[in-house]
Amino acid sequence: MLNAKIPEGPLEKKWKNYQEHCKLVNPANKKKLDVIVIGTGLSGAPAAATLGELGYNVKVFFFQDTARRAHSVAAQGGINASKNYQNDGDNVFRHFYDTLKGGDFRSREANTYRLAEISANVIDQAVAQGVPFAREYGGVLANRSFGGVQVKRTFYAQGQTGQQMLLGAYSVLMRQIGLGHVKSYNRHEMLELVVIDGKARGIIARNLITGEIERHSAHAVILASGGYGKIYYLSTLAIGSNASAAWKAHRKGAFMAGVSWVQFHPTCLPQSGDYQSKLTLMSEALRNDGRIWVPKLKGDDRFPNDIPEEERDYYLERKYPAFGNLAPRDIASRSAKEQIDAGKGVGPNKNAVYLDFRDAIKEYGAEEIGDRYGNLFRMYEKITGMSPYKQPMMISPAAHFTMGGLWVDYELMTTIPGLYAIGEANFSDHGANRLGANSLLQASVDGYFIVPVTIGNYLSNDIRTGKIPTDTPEFDKAEEDAVERLKKFVSINGTKSAEYYHKQLGKIMFQHVGVSRSKKGIAKGIELIKELREDFWQNLKVPGGIYEVNSELEKAGRVADFLELAELMAHDAYDRDESCGAHFREEYQTEDGEALRNDEKYMYVSAWEYTGYGKVPKLHKEELTFEVVKPSVRSYK
Amino acid sequence: MNVTLKVWRQKDSKSKGHFETYKLNDLNPDMSFLEMLDVLNEKLIHEDKIPVEFDSDCREGICGQCGLTINGRPNGHHHHTTTCQMHMRHFEDGDTILVEPLRASAFTVIKDLKVDRSAMDRIMQAGGFISVHTGSAPDANSLPIGKMDAEDAFDSAACIGCGTCIATCKNSSAALFTSAKITQLATLPQGEIEREKRVVAMVDAMDAEGFGSCTNTEACEMECPQEISVTNIARMNFEYNRALLLGKK
Ligand SMILES: Cc1cc2nc3c(=O)[nH]c(=O)nc-3n(C[C@H](O)[C@H](O)[C@H](O)COP(=O)(O)OP(=O)(O)OC[C@H]3O[C@@H](n4cnc5c(N)ncnc54)[C@H](O)[C@@H]3O)c2cc1C
Ligand code: SF4
Ligand code: FES
Repeated sequence: MLNAKIPEGPLEKKWKNYQEHCKLVNPANKKKLDVIVIGTGLSGAPAAATLGELGYNVKVFFFQDTARRAHSVAAQGGINASKNYQNDGDNVFRHFYDTLKGGDFRSREANTYRLAEISANVIDQAVAQGVPFAREYGGVLANRSFGGVQVKRTFYAQGQTGQQMLLGAYSVLMRQIGLGHVKSYNRHEMLELVVIDGKARGIIARNLITGEIERHSAHAVILASGGYGKIYYLSTLAIGSNASAAWKAHRKGAFMAGVSWVQFHPTCLPQSGDYQSKLTLMSEALRNDGRIWVPKLKGDDRFPNDIPEEERDYYLERKYPAFGNLAPRDIASRSAKEQIDAGKGVGPNKNAVYLDFRDAIKEYGAEEIGDRYGNLFRMYEKITGMSPYKQPMMISPAAHFTMGGLWVDYELMTTIPGLYAIGEANFSDHGANRLGANSLLQASVDGYFIVPVTIGNYLSNDIRTGKIPTDTPEFDKAEEDAVERLKKFVSINGTKSAEYYHKQLGKIMFQHVGVSRSKKGIAKGIELIKELREDFWQNLKVPGGIYEVNSELEKAGRVADFLELAELMAHDAYDRDESCGAHFREEYQTEDGEALRNDEKYMYVSAWEYTGYGKVPKLHKEELTFEVVKPSVRSYK
Repeated sequence: MNVTLKVWRQKDSKSKGHFETYKLNDLNPDMSFLEMLDVLNEKLIHEDKIPVEFDSDCREGICGQCGLTINGRPNGHHHHTTTCQMHMRHFEDGDTILVEPLRASAFTVIKDLKVDRSAMDRIMQAGGFISVHTGSAPDANSLPIGKMDAEDAFDSAACIGCGTCIATCKNSSAALFTSAKITQLATLPQGEIEREKRVVAMVDAMDAEGFGSCTNTEACEMECPQEISVTNIARMNFEYNRALLLGKK
């Protein structure tokens, strides 16, 4: 049984208790301690900057050319904080409850409560950095409601909240780098985690310009490497988003939890051809006025505007009259896929559904609708060449956010002592589904406020350790493994590119471990993944060499890890005989097609231990006990 | 559609570069420019050749990592767009397209179309921040900021750090990029305290990095994907002169 080390005391006192009793490192000793941070997103940049400011020696690694490009930059909608500035009855408890319920009661009460508890500080911090959030005429901050909650607790900066939050974090990071407290390694990729005497003590990294393999030691390592939704190939993530850092840690003993819990976003642009590299997210706000429909007739090829009202199926309004087009993301995504699978998909590839503004324009006028969504309409037209003022948009679901990740305890430490995971890379606060605008929050809270405190509790034992040498057998071995693998990639010299395998894997995952899953389908998926992986190691082609710029080599490494993680995701989905949150198992649904949770048997988090390449992983359980909240069943009918 | 590409190939920062010609047939006009390059690379891999190196990450116009010179213009012939947001439908069937890295005195080519823009980070390190410690911030609403000021600050803050302005400028000036940050922070009351120190440090860093001077051609504004206005540059100059007058340098 896994122990999450949850502090004693009532829910609202736990974090306070922890802080009052955890061990501290005095300022003079912090200088003697090295910390490595992987990632400069909204979790990594704050962690590196805050630790640098506290006096630790920090090294931060990331694969983009500058820290400001981490994929947090792409978040549009907003960030939640229960400040109750709107006086609409919001408070920490309500925020906590919404989060826990949104996650379908598959996350830890204590962590989730802390997320809500610290949320207000994040906004204060961001404003102090100069983040230009939206404001009211009187000068106070504006809020909107987001993701189906009943209060307005979302702070936003036009449609670029992630960018603005990240640039705030980037600015404090730049300051620490300028002061010499943080050393930054851009265009570097972490290839291996180095574990010495059971503790995380460093990494092997590749300089993506020279190809050089480098050793870096530290007293603790923090992974802030982001989500792995890119495993589906087509997703809202960035081209370089990956699971490699987390997977390397998993191979060295860090458990991964809830790995198959993936949120699919219902309003993304559909794939227009096989060449397509990503699916752009269109803000969910569009569903406030747009109506979603498909033709009633299978394979109806008429221009949408020519399809008469009575031949349209507004399936969300029909199935979920109370929420209609605003049904939660997983329901909206699943329903869209059902329609597409039933042959009612629209567009040249029959893989989309319509999101129609005709009625809204009729009711409010094109100008008013333009005021509300002009930016988004322009973006849509830029990409597709079609105007949403004149014909319905086409949208389809795409992989968007991974709730799963490295299992962490209350201190955000993984099962490897000294290895922390923060931001989207960990499994913690979101349970089986994430509430909109809660993940920018989680990344920030982890990076600014939690890990800088909890890491002291661990590092206080290391003040006399001295510098960790890099000329040890453990570093030798890790470097050897890393180089061996790179050599293997370039030596296969087959016929197919890494991109080819990634696309194939994406299709398998979408079909078998996607929006909805079944035992039979997953089993088939596992077979296909194994076959593909075998083929990969036989027929991969990576042109060029190791000690130079080589994007194909980078891709190969990422795809190789995805090919292993995919199987773990399949196992995770297979093992859980219930539907919860984003995990919809077709065998477990009510008569109306609602998710059927099984609290009796599955009120736990599945944390998986790596047992060897291609071997069945070992399941560990973290039982979830709900002391304050009674799990309820959601209904959107 | 069919196109002929003339692509800049350069082995590394020390080697000399040259153009190579590639023909691509049967492209879908709906594909993005970078997806077209993906198709080219897939083809090169199959032909046992070394693919073309180029940068991109978000592919939705927000991270600033892409950026190519297309037919002599940063991000091609459309104004206010990133390279990843360019689509093949904006070209004609049969076109010959010249593809080069972003060119500027302070950017070096790493390989093919990849360039080093880290000088831009160093300008930010010099002063592109408000010196606030984690945990020491007052309540966010304790400092009211007018809606218009907040929106102006946002407009400046929207810069994606892509370097298009620098590559567009005949002097390779980083004025638009630098002034956007200076203006954002000078517009907000939080940034007031370090106002003079910041502008002096950032302008000095910009000069030290080898960026040219701004001669007000305003070409940068025309191409900037985020439509950052040249009034930011005017504000930077004002702030700089003000700091000098106050004897802060
Ligand atoms: C399109 C989109 C819109 C979103 N909108 C919202 C929203 O409105 N509200 C909300 O709350 N959330 C939103 N999210 C989710 C949210 O943005 C993310 O969960 C969050 O930003 C993740 O931050 P992070 O720090 O964990 O990771 P990231 O920002 O992804 O950063 C990952 C970092 O790790 C580095 N890295 C990764 N692997 C390696 C490696 N092997 N070696 C070295 N470095 C590595 C990268 O270089 C990068 O710096 C959205 C997500 C997407 C994709
Ligand atoms: S000012 Fe515009 S062109 Fe220049 S870096 Fe910023 S976004 Fe790019
Ligand atoms: S790839 Fe991010 S802006 Fe083009």
